[in-house]
Amino acid sequence: MTEFDAAEVAVQAALDAGARYADVRVMHRRYESMAARNGEVEALTQDESIGLGVRALVGSSWGFHAVPDVSDAAARDAGRRAARIAAASARVPGPPVDLVPSTPTTASWASPCEVDPLGVSLAAKGDLLVDATRTMVDHGADLTEGLYQVWDTTKWFVSSEGHRIDQHIRECGGGISATSIGDGETQRRSWPSYRGQYGTTGWELVDSLDLTAHAARIAEESRALLTAPLCPAGETDLILGGEQLALQIHESVGHAIELDRILGWEAAFAGTSWLDLDRLGSLRYGSDLMNITIDPTIPGALGSFGYDDEGSPAVRRDAVREGRWVGVLAGRDSAAVAGLDHGGSVRADGWARLPMVRMTNVGLEPGPHTLEEIVAATDEGVLMDINRSWSIDDKRLNFQFGCEVGWEIRNGRRGRMVRNPTYTGIGPQFWRSMDMLSSEIVPWGTPNCGKGQPGQVGHTGHPAAPARFRGVRVGVRA
Amino acid sequence: MSEWDLAGRVVELVARLGGADAQAEVTVSRGELALTRFANSAIHQNVAESAVEVRLRLHLGGRTATGVGSAVSADGLRALVERVVAATRYTPPDRGWPGLTPPTAMPASARWDAATAEAGPDERAALVRTFVDAAGGLETAGYCRTTYRSVAFANSAGHTAQGRTAEAAMDGIARAGGADGVARHCVDRLADLDGAGLGRHAAAKARAAVDPVELAPGHYPVVLEPAAVADLLQNLAWYGFNGKRYAERQSFAEPGTDQLDPAVTLVDDPLGATGLPFDLEGTPTGALTLVDAGTTLAVAHDRRSAAEQGTTSTGHAAPGSATFGPLPRNLRLVPSGRADAVETVGATTPPSGAVVDADTAALVSRMERGLLVSDLWYTRVLDPKSLVVTGLTRNGLWLVEDGQVTRAVRDLRFTESYPRALAPGGVLEVGRRAVRQPGRFDSVWWEAPSLRLASWNFTGGASG
Repeated sequence: MTEFDAAEVAVQAALDAGARYADVRVMHRRYESMAARNGEVEALTQDESIGLGVRALVGSSWGFHAVPDVSDAAARDAGRRAARIAAASARVPGPPVDLVPSTPTTASWASPCEVDPLGVSLAAKGDLLVDATRTMVDHGADLTEGLYQVWDTTKWFVSSEGHRIDQHIRECGGGISATSIGDGETQRRSWPSYRGQYGTTGWELVDSLDLTAHAARIAEESRALLTAPLCPAGETDLILGGEQLALQIHESVGHAIELDRILGWEAAFAGTSWLDLDRLGSLRYGSDLMNITIDPTIPGALGSFGYDDEGSPAVRRDAVREGRWVGVLAGRDSAAVAGLDHGGSVRADGWARLPMVRMTNVGLEPGPHTLEEIVAATDEGVLMDINRSWSIDDKRLNFQFGCEVGWEIRNGRRGRMVRNPTYTGIGPQFWRSMDMLSSEIVPWGTPNCGKGQPGQVGHTGHPAAPARFRGVRVGVRA
Repeated sequence: MSEWDLAGRVVELVARLGGADAQAEVTVSRGELALTRFANSAIHQNVAESAVEVRLRLHLGGRTATGVGSAVSADGLRALVERVVAATRYTPPDRGWPGLTPPTAMPASARWDAATAEAGPDERAALVRTFVDAAGGLETAGYCRTTYRSVAFANSAGHTAQGRTAEAAMDGIARAGGADGVARHCVDRLADLDGAGLGRHAAAKARAAVDPVELAPGHYPVVLEPAAVADLLQNLAWYGFNGKRYAERQSFAEPGTDQLDPAVTLVDDPLGATGLPFDLEGTPTGALTLVDAGTTLAVAHDRRSAAEQGTTSTGHAAPGSATFGPLPRNLRLVPSGRADAVETVGATTPPSGAVVDADTAALVSRMERGLLVSDLWYTRVLDPKSLVVTGLTRNGLWLVEDGQVTRAVRDLRFTESYPRALAPGGVLEVGRRAVRQPGRFDSVWWEAPSLRLASWNFTGGASG
C-alpha cells in the first residue's frame, strides 16, 4: 500500500464515521543534527519517523488523531478515532465551521537542493564543526559550540475534497558561537546568528556560511565584550542589524498578524493580538518605509513550500503596504470565520500534530540605503546586532530584546563596542519610527518558533535588512 | 511486542551488527497523548496521538551516535541499528564517553492510574464543559490533557528497567472586560481535576482584574502566586541547577554556599508524582535536594556531566541533555509549615476577588505596599550566569496597600536576577500550600506555594 493509499483509507474511514470533511497527511521525516563543543563532537543524532495524522470535521467540531503506522488497519482506525474525537468536541460546541474554497489539486513539489545534506559525509560535517570550535578556543573563548541540523521531509496530503499532493522538502543550516566567562556574567558572539542560519535548501547554504573563517573574530569579540563598557541607558537612535530585525519582524509583526491569535484561538497560551480585524486595510502599523510580505515562494528561505498542510498553494501576499496593515496569515477555517477569501498559511510540526496557522516567510522589502549610509547619517545612537534574548507581551505590543553586541555611533561613525545592549518599545510606535532602511536583504531562517498545545516547533523565514529607528529606549538592565 | 521485548531485541541486534564491543543503550517508549483545547468557550482543537519511539545510543570504537525511530517492525529495528552503527564509523572520537549504567537496583515504580491512561475525549470534554459553565458566562480558553507512557530500558551491560506513568492537567483562563484570570493544576489522576473549581477560580481572578490602572515601574515588594513561582523554578532548573552549565561555569550555583534565603528549600522529585523511576541512561531517579534552607547542595547530572565533574549521575539524562545539559524537571519549592498541606485547587469555598485562597491571602495581608502577581510570561534570560531574566506579568496584577488588594494594575515588564531576588533577606515568606503546575510538556511539573519577596524590579509598563 502506498502512502497515498493509506491516506485515502484514513479519509474514507473518517467520512464513514460521520465526518463531513477529512484530510490526512502521511509524513516521513529524517532528521540529523550534530553538535560540537571546544573542538570535540559531543552529540550526533539521526532520527527517522513515519506516521499519519487525520483531521476530521463532524458538524462544527474538529478532531485529530495520529499514529506512527501507515498500514491499512492503522489508517482506518485513525480515521475512525479522529471522527470520534470530533464528535466529542461537540459537547462544548462553537459556531459553524466553514472552509474557504481550495481547488482540488493533484501535484508534486520539491524544494531546491544542490547538495543533499544527508549525502555529505558525517566525517566532513564533523570536521567542519570541530575545526571551527577548536579555532575559537585557540582565540581565547572559554566555551565554543557549533551545530548543524538537517530535516528531510516527504509528505503526502489527501483531502475528502480531492486534493492529492506530495512534497519533498529539504531544510538545513547551522552556526557557531563563542562564549567568554567573567566573574559575574558571560558574553557570547555568534556566527552568522544566535542559532545559525537555516533555509529550505541544500548543504550549499552551510558551505556559504564559511564558519571557520569567522571563528577567530567572534572568539576575540566575546572576550573583548567582558571588559567593554555597558550599553548607555536612555532614548537614542537605534540601528539594528538584519538578523536582529528579522526577529523583530517575527515577534512584533509575524505573530501579531496570525489570524488564529486575532480570533482568540490562542488566548490561553500563545496569546492574542493587538490587531482588530475591523481596521484591516486602514490601520497605520509603521512608517511608509514598512512593506512586509507573506511569501512562501522565496527560493531557499526557511518558510517556503509548494503547498501548505491544507493543500493551499504557496502565494505571495502583502501584510503591510507603505506602513498600512493589509493582510493576515490564515487557514481555511479561520479565514472563513473572518470573512476573508484565502488561507495558505497552515502547517504542522510532523505527522503527529494538528496543522495550525504558521508564519511562512514574513519579511521586509528592501529600502534604498546601505548600512554604512545609515551609520553615516546618524549623529548619535547605538548599532545593535545578533539577538541574545527576546520577550514580548501576549498581545505582541511591548517588547524587550537583547543583542550580543552594540557599537556607539557618534557623528556618523561607528565607535567603541558596548556590552549587554538591550532595547524596548511598543510595536506600532517602534515601526512608525523607522526612517532609514537598507537594501541588504537576507532571508533569515528561524527554526525554533514555538506555538500550540501540544507544543509544535515551526520553521519560518524573515527577509530583513539593517534599519534605523528614532528615539528608542536602550540600555534596560536589572 | 512489548516495550520490554523491543528493547531487548535492539540490544541483541546491536551485538550482532556492531560486535561484542558495542555498548548500547535502548529506550522504548509507547504512549498516548491527548489534549482537548478550548477557546471562545468552545472546543476548537481536539487531538490524540498514539506514539512509539525507539531510541538507541551506541558507543563503538570510541565513537558515539544516537538514533531514534518510530518503526518497530523487524525491518524497522534493523534499519535503525544499521544506521546508528554506520554513524559511529564516521564520527570523531568521543573522549568523554561515560560508559553504561551497570546493573542497578531500581526504586519502586510510582502508582499510576489506569483510568487516566485510558481516558477518552468525552471525559476531557466533560471537564472542559464544567470549566466553561463555572466561569459564569465569561469567555474562557485553555486545555485539558491526559497522557500515558510505558517505557522500557535495556543496555548491553545487562541493566534493564521499566515503568509506566500517567498524568492529567488542566490550564484555563477566563476573560472579563479585557482582563484575564488563570487557574492551572497538574495531577496523577484525571478524577482529581476539578474543572468547575478551576473555572470559578479563573473567573474570580478575571473579574477582579478589570479596569486596571497604570503604575510607575520600579522596585516593589511582591507576592507571587504558584503559577508565577513556577517560572522561577523553571529558569532556576534550566540555567542554575543544570550540571553541564555548572561544569562550564555558566551557572550561579555554588554547592556548599548559602546562596538563597534560609526560607528556600528546593527538591527535584520525579517520583513525587507518577514519574518514571529511571532516566534515559537507566540511572535510578529519586528526590534530589538542590537547596536546603538556602544552602545550595547539588546540581543535576547525567552520566556525562557527572563524569566531567568526578561525581555520579543524579538520574537526569533526557533527550538533548548531551547538548543542553541535564535539567531538573520536577522541581518543588517546599512550603512552610506542614509538608503534607497540599491544597487541591478550586476545591474549597467559592472564590471571589483577586485573592482566591487563604494561603495567598495570608501573605498579602502582611504586605504594606506592593504587588500581587498571578503569572509571568515570555521570560527570557539576558545572562545565564547571573540569571537576569526579563518578562512580563500576565493574567492579573494588583496593587496591595496595607494588606489589602486595592486596584488592578496594567501588566508590567520586569528585568530581574532570580538568584538575587531569592537571596538571603529577599524571601519574606513562603506559603503553606503548594500547587502543582503543569509544564508545557507532560511529565514536567513545577510545584510551589505562593511566595512573598522583598523586591522585584519592574522596568517598564506593558502599555507604553
